[in-house]
Amino acid sequence: MSKVLGLTGDGAVAYAVKQCNVDVVAAYPITPQTLIVEEFSEYVHNGEVHTEFVCVESEHSAMSACIGASLTGARVFTATASQGLALMHEMLYIASTLRCPIVMGVVNRTLSAPINIHCDHSDMMGSRDCGWIQVFVENAQEAYDWVIQAFRIAEDPDVLLPVAVNLDGFILSHSLEGVRVLDDEEAEKFVSTRKPVLTIDPDKPITVGAICFTDFYFETKRQHVDAMDNSPKTISKVNDEFAELTGRRYGFIDTYEMEDAEAAIICLGSTAGTAMAVAKSMRAKGKKVGVIKPWVYRPFPTEQIIKAVENLKALAVLDRACSVGAPYGPLCSDVIAALYREGIKLNLFNVIYGLGGRDIRPTDIEAIFNEALEVAKTGVIKEPLKFVGVRE
Amino acid sequence: MSESKPGWKSIPIAGILLEPGSAMKYKTGSWRAFRPVIDEEKCIGCFLCWIYCPDGAVIREEKSVKINYDYCKGCGICANECPAKAITMVEEKR
Amino acid sequence: MLLVIASETQISVRIQDFGHFLGKVIFPIGIENRLISDESEVVLEEIRLLIEIRWHGRGGQGVVTASRLLAHAALLDGKYVQAFPEFGPERRGAPVIGYTRISDEPIMIHSHIYNPDIVVVVDPTVMSSVDVTEGLVEDGIVVANAEESPDSLKDRLGIERAKVYTVDAKRIALDILKRPIYNTAMLGALIKASPLVTLESISKVVMERFPGTIGEKNVAVIKRAYEEAKGIE
Repeated sequence: MSKVLGLTGDGAVAYAVKQCNVDVVAAYPITPQTLIVEEFSEYVHNGEVHTEFVCVESEHSAMSACIGASLTGARVFTATASQGLALMHEMLYIASTLRCPIVMGVVNRTLSAPINIHCDHSDMMGSRDCGWIQVFVENAQEAYDWVIQAFRIAEDPDVLLPVAVNLDGFILSHSLEGVRVLDDEEAEKFVSTRKPVLTIDPDKPITVGAICFTDFYFETKRQHVDAMDNSPKTISKVNDEFAELTGRRYGFIDTYEMEDAEAAIICLGSTAGTAMAVAKSMRAKGKKVGVIKPWVYRPFPTEQIIKAVENLKALAVLDRACSVGAPYGPLCSDVIAALYREGIKLNLFNVIYGLGGRDIRPTDIEAIFNEALEVAKTGVIKEPLKFVGVRE
Repeated sequence: MSESKPGWKSIPIAGILLEPGSAMKYKTGSWRAFRPVIDEEKCIGCFLCWIYCPDGAVIREEKSVKINYDYCKGCGICANECPAKAITMVEEKR
Repeated sequence: MLLVIASETQISVRIQDFGHFLGKVIFPIGIENRLISDESEVVLEEIRLLIEIRWHGRGGQGVVTASRLLAHAALLDGKYVQAFPEFGPERRGAPVIGYTRISDEPIMIHSHIYNPDIVVVVDPTVMSSVDVTEGLVEDGIVVANAEESPDSLKDRLGIERAKVYTVDAKRIALDILKRPIYNTAMLGALIKASPLVTLESISKVVMERFPGTIGEKNVAVIKRAYEEAKGIE
């Protein structure tokens, strides 16, 4: 029987990791990820888990230790945020191309300067090309559910890629919500144990990380792309099994009232919940609005988004990060690329919001919906890229 | 070009080399412009050359050393370090 | 204004009975750069079924703990909850704010709380430096730790329609806990002002959080504050 616990977003991640039979955790604490590390180290201290907890001196070392542990065939978890993820940056690429199925909680926080501990997606977006599977969650329940699924996805021999589960700093990490958790036995049965493909083993030596010049580097990277391309099959399979176990159905995207929507918002993380709440009240007033929330950001859910926008007349793409100097924010660039690739012309505009934790209010969302409805009606986009919530 | 080499579908994942010790196949001795030659008369058996060789190409024997010319790149560190001046760098003639 | 109603069919009755939820405009007024006009009529459907509580106190007084204990108790009662601090590094003694949301339906909204239904003032001294009634809905409730009567506090705060409850949490805490910790007393007073959760649930979560004598004493504090809290419409 499952039960409901009051957990913070970070607490939900730590609780999921506790149930996943993890061999090694190497992590360095950083706000707002700290609660994950604190709570998990308590589980270790209390003997509730068999995990080897490696205290390291930096996030660069944390990821390095995770890579080494993962190569031995261990199930590995870490968590970080912001500057910590930035410090890990070079190791992220090594983890993914060496095909280490590490699971990482990324508690999204902006990047300095100026120094700020609050939420935006600059940290993960700055590392979005690191070749990891990337998931964004809306609330603590989703954080718990995706961490459990992440181990299965990462470790599948058809995938063997690390997975980053992103949750909004403070908004989710420090917010207590009811989380329906699995029994320990159910969770353990679902995640099972890792069955590694190739491991470093003194009795059966292999060489990992050897130099690979012009003759083989490109081929190795092409394999990496292939692994990512193969991952949707596994992600769907794991989502199906998880739905069967819990009744909670996940996929590449979540949609709200998209069947007959004329205008919609697409956004990542907790903002999607606020957008759905606003859409609900606008629907009550007869306004045909909907919401698209990508759960999976890498691999980018091109096919699912194309299907979701089928009947749509206008789309507002919300980015909680900016790509300074680029024509659009990161999510918007991806959406446009996906639409273009399928030859779909859809009127859209990009909204940069919530940087450094600036709250996105229901009023902000309402105004964005109204603007999208106006675009749907007139076909005229007044501002292709706009900033919402910043003082002029 | 790399046309004769296997493509991405047939090589092991992640640039992993499955065969241990395969670096032995890569004989770097051909890189050499000068070869170290040992004068066994002068050699005092201190084995500093054996310690300092960056390529492990100095083979330690009971009283003196031998050079493994398959892998010696001719860097000259051994000759430089030898306190007895027992190693001379001689130009390769190929 | 607050009920514990489980069945779907009763929700509509509730909305009718407690009309201010229908009329509640959740949007903050006077915030710079607002995107839409003050005349916005949008009322979040979800908000109508949602109670939003703001807690005021000082760092180290257990404000966030209280906001979470209430959420835990509401969970036990089968509600949906959110409890979060005003995000940021907390400093002992500095004014801090905590929030609790309680709803009969899943809570989707993740923005800050701008127009609380209830404000709980854990530390009486913050009232001099912080406008604790800011954004409070017209028919809202103020529950304050104060020696004075609710009438007197209502006058002092200059609020017209809100209900005001006061309790001398300091005396209760010093009597029972022998320490000036007011958060659990304010939970008792809050439940008196509005039956958000049952006394049984809140006692249970307090005992879970603080097993043993400390928990028992805090439950005694809650019960006494519940009895002693006085309010006016």
